[in-house]
Order: sequence, then structure tokens, then C-alpha cells
Amino acid sequence: MSIQYLGLSEINGPLIALEGVQDAAYDEIVEIAVDKKEKKLGRIIECYKDKAVVQVFQGTENMSLVNTHTKLTGHPMEVALSTDVLGRTFNGLGQPIDGLGPIVAEEKRDINGQPLNPVSREYPRNYIRTGISAIDGLTTLIRGQKLPIFSGNGLPHDKLAAQIVKQASLGDNADGEQFAIVFAAMGVKYDVAEFFRRTFEESGVSDHVAMFLNLANDPVVERLITPKLALTVAEYLAFEKGMHILVILTDMTSFAEAMREVSSSKGEIPSRKGYPGYLYSELATIYERAGIVAGCSGSVTQIPILTMPNDDITHPIPDLTGYITEGQIVLDRELFGQSIYPPINVLPSLSRLMKDGIGEGYTRKDHQDVSSQLFSSYAKVGDARALASVIGEDELSDLDKIYLTFGKAFEQVFVGQGEDENRTIINTLTIGWKLLGLLPREELDRIDTKLLDEYYVPTEKVEDILDY
Amino acid sequence: MLNKPIIYGINGPVVYIKGKTDLRMGEMVYVGKEKLVGEVIRLDKDQTTIQVYEETTGLKPGEEVISTGSAISVTLAPGILNNIFDGIERPLSEIAKDGGAYINRGVSVDSLDRSKLWDTHIVVEKGQHLYPGTIIAEVPETSAIVHKVMVPPNMEGTVLNVVEDGQYTIDTPLLTLQLDNGEEVPLTMTQKWPIRVPRPTSKRYPASKPLVTGQRILDTLFPIAKGGTAAVPGGFGTGKTMTQHQIAKWSDADIIIYIGCGERGNEMTQVLEDFSNLVDPKSGNPLMARTSLIANTSNMPVAAREASIYTGLTLAEYYRDMGYHVAIMADSTSRWAEALRELSGRLEEMPAEEGFPAYLASKLSAFYERAGMMQNLNGTEGSVSIIGAVSPQGGDFSEPVTQNTKRCVRCFWGLDKSLAYARHFPAIHWLTSYSEYLSDLAPWYANNVDKNFIDCRNQLVALLNQESSLMEIVKLIGSDVLPDDQKLVLEIARVIRLGFLQQNAFHKEDTCVPMKKQMKMMETILYLYQKSRALVTMGMPMSLLRKHDIFEKVIAIKYDVPNADLNAFDRYKQAIDDYYNAVLAENA
Repeated sequence: MSIQYLGLSEINGPLIALEGVQDAAYDEIVEIAVDKKEKKLGRIIECYKDKAVVQVFQGTENMSLVNTHTKLTGHPMEVALSTDVLGRTFNGLGQPIDGLGPIVAEEKRDINGQPLNPVSREYPRNYIRTGISAIDGLTTLIRGQKLPIFSGNGLPHDKLAAQIVKQASLGDNADGEQFAIVFAAMGVKYDVAEFFRRTFEESGVSDHVAMFLNLANDPVVERLITPKLALTVAEYLAFEKGMHILVILTDMTSFAEAMREVSSSKGEIPSRKGYPGYLYSELATIYERAGIVAGCSGSVTQIPILTMPNDDITHPIPDLTGYITEGQIVLDRELFGQSIYPPINVLPSLSRLMKDGIGEGYTRKDHQDVSSQLFSSYAKVGDARALASVIGEDELSDLDKIYLTFGKAFEQVFVGQGEDENRTIINTLTIGWKLLGLLPREELDRIDTKLLDEYYVPTEKVEDILDY
Repeated sequence: MLNKPIIYGINGPVVYIKGKTDLRMGEMVYVGKEKLVGEVIRLDKDQTTIQVYEETTGLKPGEEVISTGSAISVTLAPGILNNIFDGIERPLSEIAKDGGAYINRGVSVDSLDRSKLWDTHIVVEKGQHLYPGTIIAEVPETSAIVHKVMVPPNMEGTVLNVVEDGQYTIDTPLLTLQLDNGEEVPLTMTQKWPIRVPRPTSKRYPASKPLVTGQRILDTLFPIAKGGTAAVPGGFGTGKTMTQHQIAKWSDADIIIYIGCGERGNEMTQVLEDFSNLVDPKSGNPLMARTSLIANTSNMPVAAREASIYTGLTLAEYYRDMGYHVAIMADSTSRWAEALRELSGRLEEMPAEEGFPAYLASKLSAFYERAGMMQNLNGTEGSVSIIGAVSPQGGDFSEPVTQNTKRCVRCFWGLDKSLAYARHFPAIHWLTSYSEYLSDLAPWYANNVDKNFIDCRNQLVALLNQESSLMEIVKLIGSDVLPDDQKLVLEIARVIRLGFLQQNAFHKEDTCVPMKKQMKMMETILYLYQKSRALVTMGMPMSLLRKHDIFEKVIAIKYDVPNADLNAFDRYKQAIDDYYNAVLAENA
């Protein structure tokens, strides 16, 4: 029987202070019984010779300075691992909430994980076909990549993530490789969680999904644990069981906000916009847990979703995320307003790993050139539009008018597509060439002459593009 | 009475010890049962503060702190090149051998392989008087680099005895040195040096030679000198890392120290893979043979991230002392500054701008000042050039790290988001970037490339500047209304942007371009401008000139002319003359 400590010396927001503790370790998990009934978990975040500061995951409601019994567990936060987690639903602390009883653990692991040695990593090269042109063609997703969706409130990021899951899992997964999804929700609305649950069910993958749900009304501190739990499970399935894991984390903004809340109640010195100085390091410990380990057949691919406060991409959360992740997919309110789905603004979107996973032997030899030409031409559309808004469309030069047509067609048929439309990479490239056919050949300065000879055909009518 | 150092409190990577101890400032210590590496960063009579270079999960108050008596240092000996280390010089491949795919805590491995036998050629003899820095032996460390074993900088004396040429480990005494005070010291290949102390040199030379990178926008427009400092700031996705990779691959430095400070794990893996496979065009050796990587990725402990910059710098200075030209790629210094901020916050120091500590500026300038072209203690000449990436928050260059860096570097390569969005790479913006080395290097260019080089370069920059002011007008009223001479400026500026500034890192010929070809390309573009301007002055409209594909042809020079075949440029001169005559003939 381990020692229990009666009472507390201080309660401040989600933090409690415990005096007279013996042998407490930094980052250790403690169990707290309130009035001998209600059980809560907490984590030691500061620790002195006879005093420990504990962060309580379920919130400090009902706690008083005298009604608690606290017990040290002697280990950091751990999660029970087994392939049985697939098809199950857990709360933000990893406790089953689907009424199917506890998981029989094959192994227990510290959820903090450990940094992956760069020497043991394998550089990701295999692309994942999502069936979405804007992603496959211009910001190709690679197995083992971390590619976040930068979105805003009200934009269809959930729909997009669900479509990626659906089509990626169906697409190139036919060769018997095991595929599974780990879904972690931090502070999302009930409806959002329900939407994902339903989508997984409808697309027949729900027995390959482990869901970790911390909803908007669940305790804030719990959110700090949820993504780490999910990633520990993902790493286990990928690197022990050899599965290809797609991890969806939504919404990273709530995670960062939870961190700010705890930091300010600890009385730490804030850096940007009140977020703690270690926001970058904390985000990195989450995002960097994607990748491929040399010699393992599995992989962890991450699609974190974050809503940019006020659609501001320079806000600390998207900003620091962009510095860690290998690219980003940015959703745009203006395209959304024109009912273009998915409203991906391709210019700020980027996939850093794309260059090594496309081209001959992966997709098709013209992929790299087509994508950089589309980027470059679409960037010119912006200039033409800016000019048109000053002098009017009629006054534009003929070339600028062509660019306006190109821009519109690009947004509608290349970026825009159906919610269930699953395009092959060849389809995507064909549409790309048809769009480039709208432009005079001299304007295509990013494409190798040989490829132009092979693929370039002038497009006569805009209407022709759609029929592929 | 001094207390035995016992942990009193733990807060993240910061550990406190109560009471007075005999630990020294900056001393390296082992913390707790797992022997985590730490450094003493603050002392007062009630409390000692230690920053720990590893994750502190599971550490308990009451555990012991073991003193090592010396400041945090690196081991300097053969075996540094063609290797990858973490922020405190622990070899990652050894860690992987022992601990598997993850980096465990408290691993204790030797920095360098102590059992490997190195072919050693002794270059001193018995009775010879040796000074600090004197080279005592030569060891072929990799196929590309001969490692020179030196007398440590703080030692001087006479050789009592010395071994024969042969194979030795880095711990074998090669000779015994009798110091002036009579003390006898055995010297091995190994030296230890504290990372925060610059290695001494005898004097500093002014900048006189460029670090030739093979990148046109750098070499021609904004060159950096050997021993110079440059900053590469840019928001995410603008190509900081790409720029650094290109310089690391193609620059004419002898040795590259690549510091991945708080960046992505996959990126370091990529560098490791790429550099092992790529061959240095000059020597035919793999690029890794001249490279050492320091990888402290963003999820590795933050305190070691702070140290990694100094570790890399000390390794670089060591090779400089042998007489090599070393270039450091620090990617990224912002992560280092953030590590300072994070630790400063944990120490509850008074923050200055944006939460950064007030000593940010002085630390940055002390860091960049360790670069330079030096005369070493042993009389050789060597240099350390520092190219530091800066990751400004929100891509906004007015933030403290960029601003303070700007004050201590002489070369500024500003990456631009809109260029990156249009996939114009390298996305270094020609209007915001500058190099203060230009006038220092002008004589070198005149003697080694072409006497008109600087003149051509200035014409190019002038045209680009004219373009930018014309674009202001075009944005308002369109380009059709401009007079033809201005339209020509726009057209030529386009040729410069697409044909000269844009460089394709994935193209075999274009990825690295020799100086002579850069010069020829400039000349051809300017010749085209000169001829076209003559036509425009005669009243030929731009629409006629544009009917010829000469502009596109000149743009494609970068792909069409092989780097080795400079005679091809005569054909282009001929083609421009033909175009000139053809326009005249058609419209006579």
C-alpha cells in the first residue's frame, strides 16, 4: 500500500500544490481521490524537495484543501497498447468510453515518447494518392509526412480531412498493406466528432480507427495529453505492428490554447500573444512524431488540422506549425465564398517532401514541371486581377485577359472537384495540361522543351477542359 | 561547509540545488541517477541553477548531482568528419547502435571512435621546440581531408621523444613535450576545448576572397567573403533550408559544418542521405567526406539546442586552425534564440522585446564575431564563414532576432514569400538583399573572373531596380501605355529574372554554375539589351522585337549551354547580331 497524502496546500485553476511529499518525480502521474469517491488524475509539473505542483487533468472542481487523498503512481503517463485499440473510442485520457470494457495491454508505454534518431529515420518517398487534384498535383502527400491543414472557422476542413481519409484508404491500399487511422480530437464540438465517426462508418473503415475524443466541454488540461496518447498508439501500431497509420489531429489551436491557459496559471513569463516560450518545442514534440523508421514496414503520417484565429497565417500557432511541419495546405475563405470545394489556396500551400516522391517511377515524369508551371502561372493571375481591379478588365492586354480565363478555369476545374470525386494522378495531370493549353506556349517557361513537345496541345475552348 | 550537491527542485529542463556548492559557473555536471548531462548556469549563495541537456521526466529531488570539474567541451580529433552528432557532440549513429531508433536518456557514448587506428605521419622530430598550434602529425581523416594534429593552443615546449609513423588510436601518446617549467606532458591526437570560448588565433585578415557557391544570385549579386557572415531570413516555405543545402553542396569551402538546430528530423536524414551519395565535382569524393553534421532536431531537448550552435562553431574553429576554409550552415539561429528565450523564461529573468532575454543581441554578435579570415597560431591561414538561417515569426523581418542579426552580419539574403509562391527559386529578393563585401571583393573579381565583372553586375542591379519602379506604374495603368524604351527595360528585367536569377537546384547543369559562365551569361544579357536598345532608339516598337525568339533563347542559356562549354556563348552573340540585322532588314 503506497502512501496517501491528505489535503492540499493550494489550488489555483487546474493546478494544485502538495506539501510534504516524499520521493515525487518530475512528470510523474498522481491519482487524486476527492471525498474518497471521485477519482482524478494529475501530472507533476514542478517538483521541489517537499513540495510538488500538480496539473489536474479533469479540473479542480469540488476539490478543497482538505477533502483529497493523493497517491503517487511512480511512473509518468502511460497508455495501454494492443492492436485491439482499433475500432475503439476513448476519452482524452485514453479511457474507453464505448462501453466495451478496458483494453488488455500487450505493452504499456510512456506517452511522452522519445525523439527519433535522425540516423534511424528513413527519408519518406512514397506518395499517397488522395484523389484530390490540388493536393495530388501541387502539394503531394507523402507517407511519413506531416502535412497540416490551415483553416479558418466555418471552412470545410473536416470534410476535406474526411475525404482524404476515405480516398487514401481506398486508393492504393489494395496491395495488402495494413492501413489504420488514429483520430484525436482536442476541444472540438460534439458535431465534429460525430461527423468523423459517421464518415468512418460509412466508408467502412471504422474497425480500423482508434478515436480519442476530448470534446469542447471536456476538461481543458486533458487536451494536453490527448495528442500524445494518440501518437503513442500510432507509433506502436506503425513501428511494432508494421501498419501504415494516418493520424488526424484536430484542432491544434485548442491544444495550444490549453497550453497557454495552464502556463498563465503557473505564472510563467509569456512570449508572443501570451503563449508560453516553449510553444515551439511542445508543438515539435507532437509533429516530429511522424515518419518512417529504417527497417520497419510501417509509417506514421500526420494531418493536423488547425483553425487560424482570424484567418491570420502569421498568428503564432500556424506560424510555428509551418516551421515544423513539412508543408501546409491552406484553405481560403474567398474560394469558399465562390462555392469552390475544396477551397485550397494553392499559392501558400506547399509540400516539402513532394519533390522526392513524384516524377518518373513514382507518378509521371512531367509532374514536377507541370506543378511548378501551374504555380507560376497562377501567381501571374493574381497580378492580372489586381490590375483589372484598377483599370477594368476591358483595358487589359490580351495576354492578361488570357490569364484571367486561365485563373478562373484553374480554380473551377483543377482546384474544385466533387466531394466524392476520386481523381487518378493521370486525370489530374491531364487537366493540368489542358489548363496550360489555354496559355500561349512561350508563357510556359518552367517546363522542359521535350515535355512541351510531348504533352502541350493548345486548348481551344474552356469547356473542353472538363471532359477528361 | 559546502553541501554535497543534491537536487532540490525541478522545473522542465532547469534543476535547482539548495545551498552553497563548489560547482563552477559553466561546469558540466551529471544529474540524477540516470546521469543526465547538464551545465551550471547560475550560482548564488543559496541556490545553484543547472540546465539539463536531456528530458527530465522521472527525475526526483534528493538525487545527486556529480561534478566533472570542467566546462562543457567538445573532443577534437580525427573522426569528426563524415559523422553526425547531437547538440553536445554525441555520435548519433553510435546511439542508434546501442539504443535503437529512439534517443534514450543518459546515454554515455564517446564522442569519437577511440579504438579506430589512424594512419599517422609524424612531422616533428626529437628536440624540436613546439609552439601553440604547431602541427605535429598528419592523418588522412577522409578521402578528401588530411587532419592535422596540433599542439593545444595553451602549450609550448620541447619534444622529448616521439613515436614513428604508424597506426595509432586517438588516445595513443604521439610525443612527450617538456614545457618551459620542466613539466612533461604526453600529447595524443585528442584535444578538449570548451565550446563557449573562441579558439585563439594570431591575427584577423580583412575579407579578400569570396566563398564561391555556384549560385548566381549569391556569387554575382550578393557575394559573401571567406570568413564572412551572412543571414538568410525567410518565412516558412521560402527556401532557407534549400539555400543552405545548395551552399553546403557546391561552395568551394574545404569543410562544411552543418548545424540543424531545432529543425525537422526528416531534413537531417535527407542531408545525410544526399551528401553521402553526392560527389564533390572538384575532388570526386563524396560530399560527406568534407562534412560534419550536428543534428538537434526540434523535438530533442531544448537546452542541447542552445549548445549545438557553439559545438558546431568550435569544431569549425578547430579545422580552421589546421589551415582550412570552413563554412558553417546554422539552420536555424531563430530556434537557438527561442531556446534562449525558453530557458530565460524558466529562470524567471526579466524579458525584453517579445519575451526574448535582453542579452539576445550580445549573444548573437558574439556568435557571429567568431567568424573571420584568420592567421592561425601556427602561421597558416584559415577561415570560418557563418551562414545563419533566420526564421522570423510570421515572415516579418522587424522581429528581434532578424533585426539583431542584421546588425552583426555583413551579408543579408532576404527570402521573399511572393517569389516563393510563384516558385521563383532561389527566392532571394534582389531589392531587400545586400552584401557589404562587394567592394572588398572587387579586386578578386577583376583579377580572377573579368575586369568588367563588377561593372556588369551593377548594370544588372540597376535594370532590376528600374523594373521595380516601372512596375509601380504598370500596377496602376498596365504595361501597354509605357514608352518602348521602358517596355524594353521590363523585357530585359524579365530575361534577368528568369534566365539569370532563377536557378534550378534539381537540374544537373544549372544546380552549380562556375564564375566564368555567370560572367558570360551576364555579358550576353547585357549585349542583348544594348542591341535592342539601339533598335528601340531607331524607333522600332517592342512588339516587333518580341516577334523574335531571341529573348526566350537567352533565358534558356542556363539549360542549353553546358557549364564546360563557354565557346557556345559566341553562338549567342552571333544570334543576337543576326536578330539585330533581321529586325533592321525587315523594317528598313
